[in-house]
Amino acid sequence: MDRYLLSITIFLPLVGGLIVLLIPKGQERLMRQVALATAALAFLVSLWLLGPFQVGGAEMQLQERYAWIPAIGVHYHVGIDGLSLPLVILTTLLTVLSIVYSWRVDVRVKEYLFLFLLLETAMVGVFAALDFFLFFVFWEVSIVPMYFLIGIWGGPRKEYAAIKFFLYTLVGSLAMLLAILLLYFNAEPRTFGILELIGQQPLARAPLLASLAFWGFFLAFAIKVPMWPFHTWLPDAHVEAPTAGSVILAGVLLKLGTYGFVRISLPMLPETFREYAPVVAILAVIGVVYGALVAMAQPDLKKLVAYSSVNHMGYVMLGVAAAAGAVGAPERAGAATLALNGAVFEMVAHGIITGALFLIVGVIYDYRAHTRGVDDFGGLGAVLPRYSGITMMAMLASLGLPGLMGFVAEFLIFVGSFGIFPELTVIAVTGVVFSAAMFLWTIQRIFLGPKNPRWAALPDLDGREAVSLVPLAAIMLVFGVYPRPLLEVINAAMASLVTVLR
Amino acid sequence: MPLPIEDLWAVSPEIWLAGLGLLLLVLDLFVPSGRKAIVGWAAAAGLTLGLVPILGLVGVTPRTVFFGTYVVDGFAIFFKIVAVASTVLVILSAMDVLRGQTQFEGEMYILLTFTALGLSLMAGSADLIMVVLSIEFVSLCSYVMAGYFKADRRGNEAGLKYFLFGAGASAVMIYGFSILYGLTGQTSLYAIASALSGAPRPAVVVALVMALAGIGFKVSMVPFHQWTPDVYEGAPTPVAAFLSVASKAAGFAVLLRLLAVAFASAPVDWITLIAGLSAVTMTVGNLLALPQRNIKRMLAYSSISHAGFLLMGVAAYAGEFAQGLLYYILAYAFTNLGAFFVAVTVGQRLGTDDIPAYAGLGERAPALAWLMALFMLSLTGIPPTAGFVGKFYIFGAAVQNGLIWLAAIGVVNSVIALYYYVGVIRAMFLMPPASAGPVGQPAALQLALGITGLGTLAAGLFPQPFVTLVSAASLLLRF
Repeated sequence: MDRYLLSITIFLPLVGGLIVLLIPKGQERLMRQVALATAALAFLVSLWLLGPFQVGGAEMQLQERYAWIPAIGVHYHVGIDGLSLPLVILTTLLTVLSIVYSWRVDVRVKEYLFLFLLLETAMVGVFAALDFFLFFVFWEVSIVPMYFLIGIWGGPRKEYAAIKFFLYTLVGSLAMLLAILLLYFNAEPRTFGILELIGQQPLARAPLLASLAFWGFFLAFAIKVPMWPFHTWLPDAHVEAPTAGSVILAGVLLKLGTYGFVRISLPMLPETFREYAPVVAILAVIGVVYGALVAMAQPDLKKLVAYSSVNHMGYVMLGVAAAAGAVGAPERAGAATLALNGAVFEMVAHGIITGALFLIVGVIYDYRAHTRGVDDFGGLGAVLPRYSGITMMAMLASLGLPGLMGFVAEFLIFVGSFGIFPELTVIAVTGVVFSAAMFLWTIQRIFLGPKNPRWAALPDLDGREAVSLVPLAAIMLVFGVYPRPLLEVINAAMASLVTVLR
Repeated sequence: MPLPIEDLWAVSPEIWLAGLGLLLLVLDLFVPSGRKAIVGWAAAAGLTLGLVPILGLVGVTPRTVFFGTYVVDGFAIFFKIVAVASTVLVILSAMDVLRGQTQFEGEMYILLTFTALGLSLMAGSADLIMVVLSIEFVSLCSYVMAGYFKADRRGNEAGLKYFLFGAGASAVMIYGFSILYGLTGQTSLYAIASALSGAPRPAVVVALVMALAGIGFKVSMVPFHQWTPDVYEGAPTPVAAFLSVASKAAGFAVLLRLLAVAFASAPVDWITLIAGLSAVTMTVGNLLALPQRNIKRMLAYSSISHAGFLLMGVAAYAGEFAQGLLYYILAYAFTNLGAFFVAVTVGQRLGTDDIPAYAGLGERAPALAWLMALFMLSLTGIPPTAGFVGKFYIFGAAVQNGLIWLAAIGVVNSVIALYYYVGVIRAMFLMPPASAGPVGQPAALQLALGITGLGTLAAGLFPQPFVTLVSAASLLLRF
């Protein structure tokens, strides 16, 4: 059983999705139940991974490897380590909560649920894939359902947002395809195995090709993250996507980019990455400051959260770039490990916090006020006490209040990257000030102040919304106070990565 | 010189096809009008049986027969399979269209059968005269089929335009061949190959360019592509499907054999020439496809851009990724036939080929719409579809052969292409339906759609069996 556990986690949602497709029209309730059961089961199976998983093991674990296209050495090869495991569980968790939240979606339910489950398979697949061909297939497959989710169930400008998202990400992924082929043809023996290629370092003695490959990967990952200046698809996609789509987009899909930097760019082309690390770090810091400032100026709550993602993903990239800047400098290995730990922790934290924030926006917009204008509210704290409590908690977590998850991540990133890029880190810290100001101002405008009589009759969180939000709030608090279990898992993988880089 | 009996065995598929065509001619005389579908089913069944002698040749030692004019090798066998199989599918899709629209329904099936024979001959020709004869054979049948709805203004225009352009292109090609003959005194491609290495360069270049004009016309290579959208639009949709897949594949068979055999050691750098043509063809095709509103015109320009991708495979036909060209052809055959079959269905049921008429198809005919989405994604090259694996192979071949710049242009083009392919998906799923009510599909079309859809998915998810097939086929009998 344990042998196939990872494959089961990957493909269970797809199987559930196919079952949903077979359910005849008119039985929407049954479709929802099947989808929820599948997602819940997938979540449990992904938790089950923790059983056989050895915390502290540096190796890839629970590996499965079968020949897929033997003619060119493509394998179905999956495995997880301390980097991918938290992201896999994050994915399965957010999918369950999204399906719970989406219970009231009543337009083309069958397709909606199928696409969601297909998306889950693709995302988990990307995190688990250890073969470039497989990685690329999952990577691309994850784009298509999101196109439909935005395009069919999205807001007023859904068509524009959906095609923009598709085009941007496709540019990146095709550039990555060329980079993969460059690695493949320069390897001896030729292989698409990610671990084998890391071991071989095929482009170590071909700096020009290595640069080409690096920028190919960079384009794919930077668009996905998204790093400034490739971020322009993100506000559109986030604002137009249905609530659950935004949750998955922000919570998981953005992580595919940062995950790619850590899993592939860093160990595959360490020297090249070190060379360009300052460039990447500068772009990251611009993203941090720019994201926070632009978020502050947004009158639309959803757009505000979207831009805060640009800001937070900037922190992650600063941590990754710092680690890359420390390649080949053993005396900085400690700082690099810290920065990477922080970066990965921030990936998880941002997934939880921003996932919650988008659900929060959805709660007020989808079924209550039907407006997202930050200035349209006021005094909601007295009307919706439970909703206000959870919202404030998520926003405080996002701005990095100690005791909540975001603080741990940002603290680690700053401590780590200060040892490598001190000036840039100082600038990045100002981003924290801006985003604190932005969120506090938002809280003030929405929840405090005089009561707006328009919203006096709004109902507070109902049971289903609470079910989708409370777990996220609990996780923010638990890992904010006691981050050790999560950090231990991450640290093992990051420490061994840094050892390789040295 | 007596003809060895084994030579007859080697052409058993062609004999079968020729016999089948004659038989159908006779059968058609006895089938009353109104029940001509019988001829269609007979043709489909006969062609399917025709795959048996073709498959019987798989694994044969590559050799020439009929005094060096005709080749039997894995390469030719592969293209014969593609030609015959796609003809079967096209016949299945044509039955519903032809019924009631023309009084010459039976003749169409017969013409398709004979064209399949011509395409098989193209795949195996190893002599300039055979090349010309087989191309002309295919062309004459195609001219008639393109203008089949002669009462229709556009159909009429399609037939005439195809004929005039085709005749011109053939003439230029034959002139190029005559230069080749003049230079070498030979008509066999193999004999030309050895004689050409010492020939004067300017004359060889002229001969090559002229030959490319004729074949480029067949495969819709820029700048010989102008006929494509008008003919696809005016011809019956199944015929357009046939031209875009079967004719194009056979054209590439001839092109590759000509270049890789006759010009193998010629004093011209045809790889760079083809690579340049590839870049121009895919870019022009894609850019012109962007503003199209008619599905057949869009697919026409898309087929031009795919010709560009296939040319990339021709330029990079070396190394273990060379088979990518053949994989791409296979993937393209499944996918493009499928896309055209959806267009056939919609055109029949809704009476229009405008892409906006596809609005709401996702609700009116979910299965049809999802199949079309699959085909569009496959044409773009998104996994897990056949089109992706094909593109992966072609890009791989380009990178391996040092044509990274061409692969990069291909990448840019794939992104441009996404826009117009997704335009169809957008109409089907994002636009509200103009009118409610389901869209029915006749049984024969359903069968054809099922086969193409299954093939598109299977070649994307489990490529190995198909890779085995094409690697056997990439065995080209070289000099």
